[in-house]
Amino acid sequence: MSISTSRSDPDYVLGERDRQLILATQEGLPLVSDPWGKLGKQLGLPADEVLVRFQRMQEAGVIRRVAAVPDHYRLGYRFNGMTVWDVRDDAITDMGRQVGELPFVSHCYRRPRHLPYWSYNLFAMVHGTNHDEVEDKASQIQAVLGNTCQGHTILYSSAILKKTGLRLRKT
Amino acid sequence: MPCCSAPRPTGNGEAGMSAVTERLQADPEFTEVERAVINRLQTGLPLAHSPYAAVASELGLTEQALLHTLTDLLDRRILTRFGPMFHAGEMGGGLTLAAMRIPENDFEDVARKVNAFDEVAHNYRREHELNMWFVLATEAPEDIARVIAAIESATGYPVYNMPKEEEFHVHLHFPI
Repeated sequence: MSISTSRSDPDYVLGERDRQLILATQEGLPLVSDPWGKLGKQLGLPADEVLVRFQRMQEAGVIRRVAAVPDHYRLGYRFNGMTVWDVRDDAITDMGRQVGELPFVSHCYRRPRHLPYWSYNLFAMVHGTNHDEVEDKASQIQAVLGNTCQGHTILYSSAILKKTGLRLRKT
Repeated sequence: MPCCSAPRPTGNGEAGMSAVTERLQADPEFTEVERAVINRLQTGLPLAHSPYAAVASELGLTEQALLHTLTDLLDRRILTRFGPMFHAGEMGGGLTLAAMRIPENDFEDVARKVNAFDEVAHNYRREHELNMWFVLATEAPEDIARVIAAIESATGYPVYNMPKEEEFHVHLHFPI
């Protein structure tokens, strides 16, 4: 099962009450039978309005979904490889799309080079339960890129230093 | 590849890390109920009345058992969070990936300073010359440059900004 990034509704304007709901749920949704009612009580809104606002924010793409975020290491996905590729500029859009379609690539982006330290412009994140699995996935990416790619490497993560999710500042 | 659950030997890359870092875990074992809850809830809670009861009935659980399991998975930090996943770009905010090159003897100290910024959402150590990689999320796109400058001045090291220039695909799901 995969979830694609949804295109958002550019006309959706985050209201003050939406902002309050975002702030109130940054740490998480209440783990009670009626989470909308509980949030409503906190903020002085009817439960139905809370629910409708969440539905609208999700439709507009402000919220991707309301979901569990696992620590992938603790699920056994201990090998998190950021594969990075130096792809010819004239081929990158086409190649990026093809790499992004590979079912095991969780994120795929074009990003700027920083020469001389960093010559890679295509990032594709892959995860595996062991090292070989990540290497094997990388070689499948390499096969797709062929001679449009002049070099690549894999950056394995060895520690999570912080993981809090996106935050709005409480201004 | 042999499957083994013995603790990984500590490589030099991980030497000297403690307080701010989190060691990788041995292969975890989950109950059937935990597996079902983890797999199902990564795909999204229905935005409906009594959403937990709806998911519980899909999984053949009581609502109370679902909430209990979910709370326990959060307490054990198997799940880092359960709630709305906000799309910073869609909130009109700024979002970028940034990297730093930090000498080993300064790594912990710099990690602490970088993590102290509210705008730093995720921060990973990676085995490369550029060894610290973090996501910055700001309320306004123009704040990115200001935060990067503040991190450079707080740590004394340059920050390489790598904003996405094109997004090809995002699918995040870890079946267990």
